[in-house]
Amino acid sequence: MRLSAEEVRHIALLARLGLSEEEVEKFRNQLSNILENMVILAELDTAGLPPTSQSIAMENIYRQDEPQPSLPVEDVLANAPDREENYFKVNAVLEQ
Amino acid sequence: MDNLHSLTVHDAHELLKSKKISSVELTQAVLKHLHEVEDKVHACVTVTDEQAIADAQKADLAIARGEIRPLTGIPALIKDVICTRGIRTTCSSKMLENFIPPYDATVIDKLKDENYVIIGKTNMDEFAMGSSTENSAFFVTRNPWNLECVPGGSSGGSAAGIAIDEAIYALGSDTGGSIRQPASFCGVVGLKPTYGRVSRYGLVAFASSLDQIGPITKDVTDCALVLQVIAGHDIKDSTTVPLDVPDYTQALKKDIKGIRIGVPKEYFVEGMQTEVREILEKAIYKLEGLGAEVDWHASLPYTKYALAAYYILAPSEASANLARYDGVKYGFSYRNTESMWEAMEKTKQYGFGAEVKRRIMLGTYALSAGYYDAYYLKAQKVRTLIKRDFEQAFQKYDILATPTSPTTAFKIGEKVDNPVAMYLSDVCTLPINIAGVPAISIPAGFTGGLPVGMQLIGKHFAEDMLLQVAYNFEQATLWHKNKPSLK
Repeated sequence: MRLSAEEVRHIALLARLGLSEEEVEKFRNQLSNILENMVILAELDTAGLPPTSQSIAMENIYRQDEPQPSLPVEDVLANAPDREENYFKVNAVLEQ
Repeated sequence: MDNLHSLTVHDAHELLKSKKISSVELTQAVLKHLHEVEDKVHACVTVTDEQAIADAQKADLAIARGEIRPLTGIPALIKDVICTRGIRTTCSSKMLENFIPPYDATVIDKLKDENYVIIGKTNMDEFAMGSSTENSAFFVTRNPWNLECVPGGSSGGSAAGIAIDEAIYALGSDTGGSIRQPASFCGVVGLKPTYGRVSRYGLVAFASSLDQIGPITKDVTDCALVLQVIAGHDIKDSTTVPLDVPDYTQALKKDIKGIRIGVPKEYFVEGMQTEVREILEKAIYKLEGLGAEVDWHASLPYTKYALAAYYILAPSEASANLARYDGVKYGFSYRNTESMWEAMEKTKQYGFGAEVKRRIMLGTYALSAGYYDAYYLKAQKVRTLIKRDFEQAFQKYDILATPTSPTTAFKIGEKVDNPVAMYLSDVCTLPINIAGVPAISIPAGFTGGLPVGMQLIGKHFAEDMLLQVAYNFEQATLWHKNKPSLK
């Protein structure tokens, strides 16, 4: 199956990944080639099989909810691209 | 004493313990050698000269107090995907070029408890996605055995660095072969532990159900010593299992008489290099000669579906994990726009390289409405079949022996524009991550001046038996004694 440029742009939007027009064309070809290699899975009858999400069968793990010291605020904000007081600063979320 | 940089962990430990050398002497020798060869190999993103000497001084004080443990005072390289507090951790990505973690990974905590010495952070494929280290956003690492060739990947910097003695041992991470394939290409030992054996806390996530941290070392004994330190349950990673960690060095004392080894025919794939096949056959005959019971006709019938399943599962998990790089809390951030959404899109567009984008796209597609059942859910069901393949094989065999990769190291640039060809390089290693079992790659011979690795695969949590078989083979062949001359 071949992906259309529209489909590539739609996937990029879902991932919030900006792409140049060149990248749209490149990924359209490369992703189509990769997906063609996955058709092989359709050979297998997997009806009734349980899916495996991870290989070691573990149930939900619980522990006591005991307070522990958190990282210092300054350490956490040290990598912030922009800050104001003790907050991460971003562009306006709600446009006027 | 000459050539301290070429010591193994266990030799260095004996010399430190008997006070024939100090950790500062050892560390200075290692750094001096590193700076002599690094211009040719380019294994490191960051070399931590000052921190290394400070760590060594601290280790010497501990040794003077009589507090010496197996890794005390011994210099290590750490793959740049493992968080080190106060030391830049880049994932070889522009996205994290200036990221300085505010905490240590659990494995680093454990190494610090030993008073280890950090030498540097190693180059890798960006976010561990790749098989050649050519996807690093910074530079290409070269294979010390042939500088025109790739070191493999994604832990290419760690494997190349250990092959050329830039440190005594290294840590890597392995999601589909990223420890074992570069270990094979560089002629060193690399182990991917059982999923859940080593804590992933502080390992920058790629595909969380497949990722494991493991050792890259100069011999099997060192592999056992490093695994001993990093293994174990961790309250900060609830996928680690609360099982006791056996004494791995005890396993090295046993012979392999009567151990049942299966050779799965599906791993001797079409397109495999003839010399690799011959070297592997010779290596398995050697195991037979050492007393193992070899079945040359073992079968894991679903092997041929593993590659396709992997390239749905791993990118799907990656697309969710990498959504966090939005330019808000840390990392590269595009700000030259009014709109928050556009800032986020441009942050990812300019912060990520081509392979990372490709996998985010692939994973997002496989998880998107209308395709989830056909791709992601289908791949999870195939994962069940692959896992059962291994369960059935391990009813008959203790160990499976295969090539680590179908070829020796390939030329830089050879596969970089062909993702499907690049993905095939991991065809023998990625089924192991899908099933979560442990596997080790050890040097098994050379062809055309390049090393060939043998992969041994074990049952869940049977790292001790892997080490036992690997050690017996190593001592009977001594391939690990070969060193590159860096021409």
